[in-house]
Amino acid sequence: MRKCFKNLVFGLILLFLYAPILVLIIYSFNDSKIMGPWAGFTLKWYVMLFQDRYILQALYYTLIIAVIATTVSTVVGTVSALGIYRMRSKLKRPYLLLNNIPVLVPDIVMGITLMSLFIFIGMKMGLTTIIIAHITFCIPYVILAVLPRFNRLPENIFEAALDLGATPRQAFWKVLFPEILPGVTSGALIAFTLSIDDFVISFFTAGNGVSNLSITIYSMAKAGINPKINALSTIMFGCIMVLLVLINIRSEKGIKNIQ
Amino acid sequence: MKKIVLILSLLCLPFLAGGCGSDDRAELTVYNWGDYMDPEVIAQFEEEYNCRVNYETFTSNEDMYVKVKNSSDTYDVLVPSDYMIERLIREEMLRPITKDSIPNLANIDDSAKNLAFDPGNQYSVPYFYGVLGIVYNTAQVTDPVDSWNLLWNDKYASKILMYDSIRDSMGVSLKRLGFSMNETNEANINAARDALIAQKPLVMAYVTDNVKSLMASGDAAMAVVYSGDAAIIMSETDSLNFAVPKEGSNAFYDNFVIPKNAQNPELAEKFINFMLTPEIAAKNIEYVGYSSPNTPALALLDASWSENAGFNISNEDLARSEIFKDLPNDVMEIYNRAWTEINVSK
Amino acid sequence: MKSFKEYIAYPYGLWMLIFIAVPLLVVIWFSFLSNPDFKAGIYTFTLENYQQFMDPVYLELLYRSFLYAVIATLICFLIAYPLGNLIVSLPGHRQNMMIVLMIIPMWVNFLLRTYAWMVLLSGSGLISQFLGLLGFRDVSLLYTQSAVILGMVYNFFPYMLLPIYTSLKKIDPDLLRAATDLGANHFQMFLKIKVPLSLPGIVSGCMMVFMPAVSTFVISNLLGGGKYMLIGNLIEQQFLTLNNWNFGSAISMVLMTIIFLVLGIARLITGKEFDTGGQLL
Repeated sequence: MRKCFKNLVFGLILLFLYAPILVLIIYSFNDSKIMGPWAGFTLKWYVMLFQDRYILQALYYTLIIAVIATTVSTVVGTVSALGIYRMRSKLKRPYLLLNNIPVLVPDIVMGITLMSLFIFIGMKMGLTTIIIAHITFCIPYVILAVLPRFNRLPENIFEAALDLGATPRQAFWKVLFPEILPGVTSGALIAFTLSIDDFVISFFTAGNGVSNLSITIYSMAKAGINPKINALSTIMFGCIMVLLVLINIRSEKGIKNIQ
Repeated sequence: MKKIVLILSLLCLPFLAGGCGSDDRAELTVYNWGDYMDPEVIAQFEEEYNCRVNYETFTSNEDMYVKVKNSSDTYDVLVPSDYMIERLIREEMLRPITKDSIPNLANIDDSAKNLAFDPGNQYSVPYFYGVLGIVYNTAQVTDPVDSWNLLWNDKYASKILMYDSIRDSMGVSLKRLGFSMNETNEANINAARDALIAQKPLVMAYVTDNVKSLMASGDAAMAVVYSGDAAIIMSETDSLNFAVPKEGSNAFYDNFVIPKNAQNPELAEKFINFMLTPEIAAKNIEYVGYSSPNTPALALLDASWSENAGFNISNEDLARSEIFKDLPNDVMEIYNRAWTEINVSK
Repeated sequence: MKSFKEYIAYPYGLWMLIFIAVPLLVVIWFSFLSNPDFKAGIYTFTLENYQQFMDPVYLELLYRSFLYAVIATLICFLIAYPLGNLIVSLPGHRQNMMIVLMIIPMWVNFLLRTYAWMVLLSGSGLISQFLGLLGFRDVSLLYTQSAVILGMVYNFFPYMLLPIYTSLKKIDPDLLRAATDLGANHFQMFLKIKVPLSLPGIVSGCMMVFMPAVSTFVISNLLGGGKYMLIGNLIEQQFLTLNNWNFGSAISMVLMTIIFLVLGIARLITGKEFDTGGQLL
């Protein structure tokens, strides 16, 4: 009885969370331009998706922005976290305060402040401004994910490795890095997710022919989303599922190996 | 972890490779209303003139103005409406048109030329025109559609769509009360505002482009729309009709203009001229649905267009309608405030 | 770790100054100007933008944004807290699976998910047709207050669930067993042990939902049909449609101050600094 109730609750919550996604997937196969009644099965939106230059370009920009922003913010964030960890507390406080601002301030405020800056200094809106904006709001999350890892390390772990004969390079990559790796990984994943999903900040800092998927979808959402976008999200959703299953299989193997 | 990175980079690879192909063709940046140009026509232009068109869209004249005014982006072709063209000319933001480079200007009917907002068409080339009216579902609306009062009829509560734009919504309310669409008297503007606040409980939503799907699905019974949007919806869905209320309405002319800081004005003129070619214009009309002043293009259209009430605007309807004027800043402030109050009200 | 010097963090300090501190200062400065003409070098310092906001119209708007955000936060909490407890009671590997299942939807673009809700809620949509079968004719749920709040709950729900789950998971089960052994009933155990120990998770979950909800303009725009303007919409309108950047800046500053005040209160409740790190995944 209790188990039944539990499963019912989980079922309802998952239904609530997945209902919109199911709608998107179903309508990507619907042979009608409007998301109304069912008009028969078709794959034509998938074909048309790969012929639509604007959507593909938006996808390309979304990915390139996310890859660059994630790479830069992961590297800079990790290095800076190490610096901040070693910092005098007098300097550490303002650093952490500034670093927290993008996390705490609403997106719309971040968006308009950056837009105001870019316009004020006369910088041309485009790929550069959007990447700068993404890096700015991604680094803080990387630092927040990595810094606790450094705090947990034994005080002299790096020097101990050196004393035991490791070169600085070995000491870093073989001793220090594995210790902070979980923090770096989750920081990078957060950065990537935030960058891919961001709309508000990109909306205010994009321009001149550069728009990511979110901006494209927003301008379409008002007129009625083209089923091509549904097809694209179905593909992306499929990729995520495959990736998750792969990771899952791998980690299960890992557990078995340990056993 | 390494595997994840590997998979991710493999996933990204085709896009990176695809997007990096260097492109040294000339670039033209066009800033237009949403759904206001056939993408195939743009592709045709790119092919014929070996260039790349950056096509961006806006949802209101005001949004377009703010972007063009403030942003460091530059555009080569804009498509604002009458009163906004007037403002852009007054603020010296436009570049005079070289008429010799646009021979197809001869295709344009005289009725759309030489209008008050740009005497002698020094700065602008006509693209489409139309009037604001009501598109309605004949199965749901039983009363005659001849007055703006219909939008205040509580029989249709939650079935009415208004247009999400300051000048248009206020204009409807002003006209209904017998004032001008270009009213400058504060008391009259406030009266129009109060009427819209009183109407708000009946309104389903304030929308712009999504009128089409909401009318097509039958969720809404009537909507304030531009004639061309009505034409497109009516060509796709039966049991819809379009009417311009007897109190009069707004007539608008959307023209091509070239901003002063355009990067590629010669190509912009070629683009405008290309868009006025009868075959291209006809193809574009069938996609966009707005009334066109391009006489030779009209002759090429499918016969069904001649029966479409949203496409063929009668001369009486046009004569009863006013063109928006660019209002002085202090008056616009009254409008803006009124609009915020309407938005905030319950 | 003495081999590493603090100066390796200096470049990022410079970056933060340029792209975080300076933009904020620019907007603060904007908020105190009236119709500046930068080209002519005319700036007039004024408080009128803030005075303008004190108008009942805008205060009403602020109140509405607050109300919606609080309702959305409450609903999220009321679902997430029992759900978190249920998940914690599952065996380990099923816990992880459940959490991952709850997060996956967030990987689909949030505008698309919101748009899908527009389809689901519309008069010809599934939900209305289902209600029609039950005898409720002609209910359109789209473009209502409930739709806006539903959109907030849907989009921000995982932000509530994750911190609550994490803090519940940290509670030592022996502690609960000890409490029952010492004669605490179910209700006492819940109120005196579970709630206080999971309080940090509850507070940070509430903040993570409240903050984006109070400042959103997308959800109210798409699901409210322009009828339920929120403070985010007002800011967006000032910057993108009405071209009144000074007033827009002032509203942003008001919004930011309020959020920092709420954060301060949250900090008083938990007695420690609000922590957002690592809660997204």
